[in-house]
Amino acid sequence: MPAAAPALALRSLSKTVPGGRRLFDGLDLAVAPGEVVAIMGESGVGKSTLLNLIAGLDQPDGGAVEIEGAALSALDDDARTVMRRDRIGFVFQAFHILPHLTLAQNIALPLVLAHADGREALSRAEALMVEVGLGGRGGDYAAQLSGGELQRIAIARALVHRPALILADEPTGNLDPETGEKILDLFLTRVRSFGAAAVIVTHSERAAAVADRTLILSAQGLAARHGG
Amino acid sequence: MAADARISGQALRWMMLGEWRARPGRVVLAALAIAVGVALGFAVHLVNLSALDEFGRAIRAVNGEADLQVHATGPAGFDEGLYPKLARAPGVAAASPAVELTARIEGDGPGVLTLLGLDILRAAQATPSLLPGDLGGGVVEGQGPFDPEALRLSPAALKASGRKVGDTVTLLAGGRSARFKVVGGLPGVGDSQRVGVIDIAAAQERFGQLGRLQRIDLRLAQGASHDQVAAEVGRLIPVDAEIVTARSEARRSDSLSRAYRVNLEMLAMVALLTGGFLVYSAQSLSVTRRRSQFALARVLGLTRRALLAQLFVEGGLVGLIGAGGGILLGLGLADVALRLLGGDLGGGFFSSASRPPLAFAPGAAAVFMGLGLIVALAGSLLPAIEAGRAQPAVALKTAGDATDPRHRPSPWWGAGLLIAGALAALAPPVFDLPLFGYAAIALMLAGGVAAMPWLARAMLAPLRRIKNPPPAAALAINRLWGAPGQAAIALCGIVASTSLMVAMAVMVSSFRGSVEDWLVQVLPSDVYIRIQNAETGGLDREVQQALAATPGVARIGFRKTTVLRLSPDKPAVTLSATPVDPAHPGLSLPLLGASRSVPAGMTPVWLSEPMARIYDLHPGRTMSLPLNGGARTVFIAGVWRDYARQFGAIAIPEADYTRLTGDTRRTDAAIDLIPGASPQKVIAALRAKLPPAEAAQVEFAQPREIRAVALRIFDRSFAVTYALEAIAIIVGLTGVAATFSAQTLARTKEFGMLRHVGVLRGQVMAMLAIEGALLGLVGVAAGLSLGVAMSQVLIHVVNPQSFHWTMETKAPLGLFVGLAAALIAASAGTAVLAGRSALSSGAVRAVREDW
Repeated sequence: MPAAAPALALRSLSKTVPGGRRLFDGLDLAVAPGEVVAIMGESGVGKSTLLNLIAGLDQPDGGAVEIEGAALSALDDDARTVMRRDRIGFVFQAFHILPHLTLAQNIALPLVLAHADGREALSRAEALMVEVGLGGRGGDYAAQLSGGELQRIAIARALVHRPALILADEPTGNLDPETGEKILDLFLTRVRSFGAAAVIVTHSERAAAVADRTLILSAQGLAARHGG
Repeated sequence: MAADARISGQALRWMMLGEWRARPGRVVLAALAIAVGVALGFAVHLVNLSALDEFGRAIRAVNGEADLQVHATGPAGFDEGLYPKLARAPGVAAASPAVELTARIEGDGPGVLTLLGLDILRAAQATPSLLPGDLGGGVVEGQGPFDPEALRLSPAALKASGRKVGDTVTLLAGGRSARFKVVGGLPGVGDSQRVGVIDIAAAQERFGQLGRLQRIDLRLAQGASHDQVAAEVGRLIPVDAEIVTARSEARRSDSLSRAYRVNLEMLAMVALLTGGFLVYSAQSLSVTRRRSQFALARVLGLTRRALLAQLFVEGGLVGLIGAGGGILLGLGLADVALRLLGGDLGGGFFSSASRPPLAFAPGAAAVFMGLGLIVALAGSLLPAIEAGRAQPAVALKTAGDATDPRHRPSPWWGAGLLIAGALAALAPPVFDLPLFGYAAIALMLAGGVAAMPWLARAMLAPLRRIKNPPPAAALAINRLWGAPGQAAIALCGIVASTSLMVAMAVMVSSFRGSVEDWLVQVLPSDVYIRIQNAETGGLDREVQQALAATPGVARIGFRKTTVLRLSPDKPAVTLSATPVDPAHPGLSLPLLGASRSVPAGMTPVWLSEPMARIYDLHPGRTMSLPLNGGARTVFIAGVWRDYARQFGAIAIPEADYTRLTGDTRRTDAAIDLIPGASPQKVIAALRAKLPPAEAAQVEFAQPREIRAVALRIFDRSFAVTYALEAIAIIVGLTGVAATFSAQTLARTKEFGMLRHVGVLRGQVMAMLAIEGALLGLVGVAAGLSLGVAMSQVLIHVVNPQSFHWTMETKAPLGLFVGLAAALIAASAGTAVLAGRSALSSGAVRAVREDW
């Protein structure tokens, strides 16, 4: 029986930003299913660009990104979008909860985009809301929630379609330390309970401490953090 | 994978309904703009259609639904000797001779009826719908069909005259009067046409038509070929008669008001176009504001095509709702317009006494629905493409305006469209309509709007060089300069509505001014006389001499005005025998260009401008006029300006007219008084010298009265134009206000940031006022320039190709100044009002807002 494909594989990835500055060259990484990897690094080193490349939102200059063994470079824009929709979940620093949809609708959106039945999607969203501690508030809107609560909704949205990989860009960056800690715990608990792999771009030591692996991104590439 | 990439209907509903729930006002406003445009276009179309239906009914009522008709080319008719020839022609089953006159019932005011002299026995075979019968008011017994005093009236004529069966009336026609007894009705004529029927012999004898007929109605034998019979009849008829078919009558009635109708419909389309700009503004703002929302949806799995589809569906639904409402609104508007203004919307083309019933046209409703939808979709096109192009990762980070101030807007699209517009203006008419002229205006408008980002930056660039401007001014100037695309979205509404308004205003002002100048030129005398409906009659020599000898009269010039039908499918032209000196025609005619010297032995004529254009005739050539039973060749000596007769007029020297026709009767006179003479006293003395039969039909007028009446008619004709224009402007200005307020409200976060870094609330308001005023200024400057350019297309292309007359440009400068001040004030005021609302939420909350 062949070994399962990694949730994420980067092979000799290189990227130059407009202006000619090379962010990274020949970057390799494999993230196993269910593994949580934290990526740290100085501002401007290319952490968010790396996440965009993994998500298929940006194109590398060389190398390949593979999600569960499927190379993104072989896919057109539509196919990459469908890949994101079906296999990847996102958590953003700025939450990005659509203000005119109810909280349940926000969570159910990835399912509905994938043509799931609306009622079923909403019921799954309501169930997830209980898991993130906001049960019964599915009919509320984003304007009625605090920052921590908004990030709980974002976590639920990232998990609702049971993705293979979750990409989180500074998920606690907009929260106070205490709330951030709680959200991080919730995030990791839920990700692990869903069996998903996760790549977290973060400056948070706490996030690095609880990840399975912590890598430092620099101009020289990705390197394991000592003691991490 | 392709099927999987389709947009989910549920996601589409959530995203769209959520946005609409959050901002219902904007959706309603955009739909309303489309609704108003569709309603105006559909209403004008329905009114035109109803009027044409009614006009067709009128023609059929008077014609009695004959298979084929031979009609005189002039009111003097043709020799009745034609009748037996046609009655014996192959393929003709029945022929009915007819005298046709325009008549009035004495004491009934200016209303006229068509008086037909028929041989009832023959009419029964050819035109049975003109036969007498009982209308419910009974008939007078014992009056045979050939009774010379029997008159039968249609229901409308009876109603309008207030007469009943058994009454005696005096009919005035052809300059004569005769008494008749109303003995019955004409039930086959229909309810809205005023028609009277008398015996043909009585008509000829009592109205001076002995030996003459105006028409012969023909019924074809069963199985006879319409075209073959028409060809046969064509060989038999003299030059002063022509064959009229249902098709040629339809073309003639269509051409009567076609240009006016098409122009009104185009003007109504302007409102729809302005509505399209409003949809564009609304969608552009909506897309800009939702930039990061769309980016999120794209990250979460919404494909680019699905996003485009969503925005198109949004625009399409707005269009459908608006167009559907517009059709209903249009039906109501058309009904009201028909009641208030009649079938020609005040244009004065149809003289039907009744208001035509509203004719619903499902096909036209579908077309206007489609147009509303297309305009809404076109308005959504650019914003949708822009949204689809955005890079999700970038858009997610940069909420709101992601414009790079270093990016220089290109002038080429705008310049290209403007050049294409200028080239289109040079093209000739298509189907006698200035279709390329309209296309030129649309292209210029599109070019002007497309050039706005470049123009806004070019106009604002000098302001950036001002040293140490106040902070509010510096912020305002830099924002507008740095985001010209955003400025252009707001400006396109101002530019569209201002330019269209200016173009129309310049055209109407030029037209009115030229008409005023022309009236002064053509009315040099002190008093004018006209006999109403006297094409076949008029003042005889004896009366003319008596009038000339009236005390107080220094000089009197008589004219004969009659009509000629030169083509079966074109409206009749006016022939005016006038005291013009062939050596100095410019003394009595407002000539356009020089008059040619007349070759020896030739009779000169001068054609009005519409006449020359409609029949494509030029000075130096000859043409044939059907006069007195023969074709007379005349020399075209020149062209003169005439705004009174849209379908053409021919001026011929009075003496030549008499020589060619033998007609010495006159219908008009221009009188110069001796210095110091009282016009009122001279008019009274002139009236006293008129024979009683003519006195009732003669009107006296002084130039100032004629000028006042002419300008009143002008203003009435343009009343609907003004109304349509006003509505287009209101739609445009509403768009401007909506765009400004939406743009300002979308900047809540920016204002919050400014307040955080120490900008005073008053400074933010001042910044907004300056931004609004500057945008208004740029918009007005561009709108004025574009409007003046478009007005030249209206004046020099659309008007000559539609109405066949030219005019000099006269710019309403006062209106320009007022319009500019109002628009700049409105722009600044709207921006400030919206700014107050945007600042009310508080600086701290504003910067913490996620979107």
